[in-house]
Amino acid sequence: MTAQNVIEMRKVTKIFGEFVANDQIDLQVRKGEIHALLGENGAGKSTLMNMLSGLLEPTSGEILVNGETKKIDSPSKASKLGIGMVHQHFMLVDAFTVTENIILGNETVHGGKLDIKKAEKEILELSQKYGLEVKPDALVRDINVGQQQRVEILKTLYRGANILIFDEPTAVLTPAEILELLDIMRNLVKEGKSIILITHKLEEIRAVADRVTVIRRGKSIETVEVEGRSSKELAEMMVGHSVSFVTEKKAANPGKVVLDIKDLVVHESRGAQAVKSLSLQVHAGEIVGIAGIDGNGQSELVRAITGLQHVESGQVNVKGQNVANYRPRQITEMSVAHIPEDRHRDGLILAMSVAENISLQTYYKAPLSHHGFLNYKAINRHARELMIEFDVRGASELVPASALSGGNQQKAVIAREIDRNPDLLIVSQPTRGLDVGAIEYIHKRLIQARDEGKAVLVVSYELDEILNVSDRIAVIHDGQIQGIVRPKDTTKQELGVLMVGGKG
Amino acid sequence: MKNLSIRKGMVPIIAVVAGFLLGAIIMLIFGYNPIWGYEDLLSQAFGNSKSIGEIFRSMGPLILTGLSFAVAMRAGMINIGMSGQALAGWISSVWFALSFPDMPRVFMIPLVIIIGAAWGAIMAAIPGILKAFWGTSEVIVTIMMNYIILLISTYLVHYGFNQKLMASKDSTIQVGANATFRNSFLTSITNNSRLNIGIFIAIIAIIIVAIIFKRTTLGFEIRAVGLNPNASESSGISSKRTIIISMLMAGGLAGLGGVVEGLGTFQNFFVQYSSLSIGFDGMAVALLGENSPIGILLAAFLFSILKVGAPGMNVTGIPAEIVNVVIASIIFFVGIKFVIEKILPQLPKKVAKKEGEN
Repeated sequence: MTAQNVIEMRKVTKIFGEFVANDQIDLQVRKGEIHALLGENGAGKSTLMNMLSGLLEPTSGEILVNGETKKIDSPSKASKLGIGMVHQHFMLVDAFTVTENIILGNETVHGGKLDIKKAEKEILELSQKYGLEVKPDALVRDINVGQQQRVEILKTLYRGANILIFDEPTAVLTPAEILELLDIMRNLVKEGKSIILITHKLEEIRAVADRVTVIRRGKSIETVEVEGRSSKELAEMMVGHSVSFVTEKKAANPGKVVLDIKDLVVHESRGAQAVKSLSLQVHAGEIVGIAGIDGNGQSELVRAITGLQHVESGQVNVKGQNVANYRPRQITEMSVAHIPEDRHRDGLILAMSVAENISLQTYYKAPLSHHGFLNYKAINRHARELMIEFDVRGASELVPASALSGGNQQKAVIAREIDRNPDLLIVSQPTRGLDVGAIEYIHKRLIQARDEGKAVLVVSYELDEILNVSDRIAVIHDGQIQGIVRPKDTTKQELGVLMVGGKG
Repeated sequence: MKNLSIRKGMVPIIAVVAGFLLGAIIMLIFGYNPIWGYEDLLSQAFGNSKSIGEIFRSMGPLILTGLSFAVAMRAGMINIGMSGQALAGWISSVWFALSFPDMPRVFMIPLVIIIGAAWGAIMAAIPGILKAFWGTSEVIVTIMMNYIILLISTYLVHYGFNQKLMASKDSTIQVGANATFRNSFLTSITNNSRLNIGIFIAIIAIIIVAIIFKRTTLGFEIRAVGLNPNASESSGISSKRTIIISMLMAGGLAGLGGVVEGLGTFQNFFVQYSSLSIGFDGMAVALLGENSPIGILLAAFLFSILKVGAPGMNVTGIPAEIVNVVIASIIFFVGIKFVIEKILPQLPKKVAKKEGEN
C-alpha cells in the first residue's frame, strides 16, 4: 500500500519559537507523479520542503521515504535518499562551466585529478535521456536563465535524485521556456522520477500536475486530483475564499503626456548598449505595460528614468522637463514614484522598521522631520495610517521590514510610493513571487491610481499581469520597442512573437 | 523583541567574563594565582585617587576613537585609519597651540578642538572620497594612510617645525597654560594624575553622536546607506555623499581623540615610531560596545581599568603582558559572539521568522 508512495509525510509539524510554520501536515507523493504543492506566501510550503531536503528538522511527525521512516538531518542525507531540490534562486558559480557546476561537490577524481571528460560524457547522456539540452563546456554566466535552470536540474539528476522538488521553477522563465520546462518535467516522470512542484501559478498545475495538495496557514487542507479542476476552483482552495482573476476596470481616459521618452540610449554595467534609441509616451490616466523577456533592457530603462543609471543620450521628459541624468531625489521631487523590481535589494531596508521604510522617501520633509530632526511620533503614526489604508498586515510598524511576508513588504513599498500622490508611477515587477490575494490587491491599487489621473508605467515579465492591468502594451525587445498593441486586440501568441523580435 | 535586545546585551558581558576566565587559566598555567592577580589589578586601578584619575584620563581618547569606528561602521565603512587621523589631530593642535602662545584660553580651546577635528576629518575624507567615487577599499586606504601620516608627522617634527618650538630633536616644548586640557581642579582632586577635560569632551561627543543617530535625518541616512546602499539610492539618498559625510565625522572624532591625547595626556608632540595605540584600542572598544554610544562608554571604562591596573599585577610577579592576554581574550570572545549567541538558550526568534516565510 505505502510502497507506491515514494514520499510520505505524516503529521509533520515545525515550530519556530511560538510560530507554528507547519501544523500536522500530511503529504503523500506517489511514484511517477507530478505532485503540486499549492499555497499562498507564508503558507509553509518552503518550510515543509526544507524538511524534506534536510535543511530543517521537523519538531514532530515522521517522514517516510520509499515506505521506510527516515531521519533527514542534512542535505547530503537527502541526496543519498535520492531527494534533490531545484532551487528558485539558482545555486550556480557564474565563472564555472556547466560541467564544473554539475559535478561541484561530487567530483570524480583520478589520482588527485579531476576527470572532466568522463563527467562531460555522463552529463551528455543524462541530458539526452531527459531532453535537457545544455552545452557542457559553456560558462554558466554565458547561458540564459532557462539553460541555467536545466543545469540545476541536471545537478540533482547527476547525484542520482529520484524525487525532484521544484521550488517556483517558472518565476524567472519566459513563456516559451515555461513550455519547455513543462515538457522536461513530463519526460522526467516518464522515466520514473517523481516530482514535487511548488508554485502558485495555477495554469501550470493544471498543465502538468497529477494531484495537488493545498496548504493554507501551515495546515494541509486537502489533496485532490487536478483533472477537471478549474483555475478558479484551485485558487479558491488556496486562499479559502472566492477570487477574481480579471481586475475590473473602466475604460482609460488618457490625458496629456506625462512621460515622454525620446531616443533614449542607456548602457548596461559592462558598457554595452542595453536601451537602444527607445521612444515611448505615457499619458495621464493610462497604464502602459512593458512586456518582454528578462534582460531586454527593461531594468536599464527603469533605472534611467528614475535617475539610478546614467543616460548616454536622448531625453526623458517628465511633464515637459528633461530629467535625464538628474539625481534620483530631484526626479522623485518632480512627483515621480518608483516601485523597484527587487523589493529586497532596492525597495526596502530590511533591518529597519516598517515605519522607517515607509518614510524612506519623505523622512526629510515636514511633518516627519523639522530642521533635520526626525519626529518619530509622526513617522510611526504616518506608517500606522498607511498600513491600515494599504492593508499591510504585520505585528506593528515597529518591527523590522524583514518580519513581514513578501506580499506585505510589497504593499509597504506601494503604500510609500502611492501615498506621495505622484503624477507618474514607474512600477517594476510589482507582484513577483506574490500570491493571488496580494496580486489582486496590488492590481486594484494600480488601476485606482490610473483612475485618479496618474500616468503609470508597468514593467513585468508576467504576460497575464501585463494583459490584466495595461491600457496599452509596449513590447520591448533588445532595447527597443518592438510594437505597441492594445490588450483587447492582441493574444499571448502575438505578444510572444513580438517579444522574441518578430513582427506582430 | 524585548527578549532579543536583552540577549543581545548579554553577549559582551559573557565575552568579558569568558575573557577573564581565559586570562585566569593562562595565569594558572604559568603558575600564578589568578585571584591574587585580579585583586592586584583592581587595587592598582582603584587603590588611590591618582589611578582613578588615570582611568578617566584614558577613557577620553578611547571613547572618541571608539565612536569614530562606530560612526563609520554605521555607514558600512571599516575605518582602520583612526591612528593616523588621531595623529593628524594631535600634531596639528599642538602646532597651533605652540604657534600662538599668547592667545586667550577662551579662543584657544575651541580653536584647537576645531583644528584637530578638521585635520582628522580631512585625513578620513580621502579614503571616503576614493570609496564613494571609485569603490576603492577603505580598509586598505586607511591602513596605508596610517603610515603616510605617521611618516609625515616625523618629517614635520624634524624639518617642518620652527626650532623655537622644539625642546629636543624629537619632541616639542610643552604647550602653555592657555592651551592645556588639564586644569588645576582636576589635577588636585586626583592627586596629580593626568586627568583632563578630555573625558568631558568625549561624553559630549557620545551624546551628540547618540542624538545624530537616534533623532536626525543625517543619522537616518547614514544608517540606511550602511544597511542597504541600493535601496537608499533608490529612495533618493546619495550613498556617495553619505559615505563621505560619515567618514568626515569619523575622522573628526578620531582627530579629537588625538587632540585630547596631545593637549591632555602629553602636553606636547614627540616623534612616534609606530601607529598610535588609541586607534586600534578604539576598534576593540567599539567592537565590545557593539557600536552603541553607551556600550562604547562602558567598554572604554573597562579597557581603561585594565590598562591602568595592569602594572599592579607586577607586585605578585605576574607580567603585565597577561593583562594584554585578557584584553585579547575579551576581543576574541566578542569576535566570535555568534558562537555565544548559539550557545545562549533558544535560538533568536529573528532567524525563525525568516525561515518561516513562504
